[in-house]
Amino acid sequence: MPRDIEAVAEQVFVALADPTRRTILAALASGGPATATDLAGQLPITRQGIAKHLALLADAGLVTAEQGERRRVRYRLQSAPMQLAQQFLAALARDWEGPLDALRDHLNR
Amino acid sequence: MAFPDRIERVVEIAHPPAKVWTALTTADGLAAWFGNEATIDLRPGGSAQMTFSGGHTAKMRVERVEEPAVFGFTWHIYGLPEDDPRRTYVEFTLEQAGAGTRLTVVESGFAQLADDSYRTAYDGNTQGWASELGELVDYLDAT
Repeated sequence: MPRDIEAVAEQVFVALADPTRRTILAALASGGPATATDLAGQLPITRQGIAKHLALLADAGLVTAEQGERRRVRYRLQSAPMQLAQQFLAALARDWEGPLDALRDHLNR
Repeated sequence: MAFPDRIERVVEIAHPPAKVWTALTTADGLAAWFGNEATIDLRPGGSAQMTFSGGHTAKMRVERVEEPAVFGFTWHIYGLPEDDPRRTYVEFTLEQAGAGTRLTVVESGFAQLADDSYRTAYDGNTQGWASELGELVDYLDAT
């Protein structure tokens, strides 16, 4: 398991642990790329607050900054880190106890 | 944080391997304990399918058939989107243990993405959408 894949998954969970960052990521996931000003218009968070969180998310690779219209920076959600985190959750959510108990019950019937 | 790639469980079952094998590798057997309905083409490369009570369907590809000792298949990782190509490998190993069977199930591949393919997925995703939307714009411009 390469070390930095773990680091990527960890950054996803750190990002998702904060309600403001969850809100920002959810807005980018549902509405597509947006500028800090767009997000400040949609969400009950100050533009400075949004800019601070976007910088952290960009450092973590969860959003990328790109040139939007009129030279304004737009932020785009990066889905690859989320997919890694999903894989981690899938391993934790895998339930073999239930089916194996059912197998034993079936054979004992 | 540890990223588990492999999940392993061992159970002792008070029935001989032949009987456990039937429960694992036949449509009637699988439908009786695992899914609600099942189909299986028991040969390497064969398809199998199980439908669960919630309506979820698991499609499997049979990989190893060594009666009555090893049965392996791959399937889609539960919890990931339907169109996600990643799959885990599930292998059941049956060993005679007294009058019964020691059954081991190993599911592996949860952490299958290597660093390189992660980079590919990462870049591919970003460019994928940009180019698909570009193609849509081209198509709309041309019609």
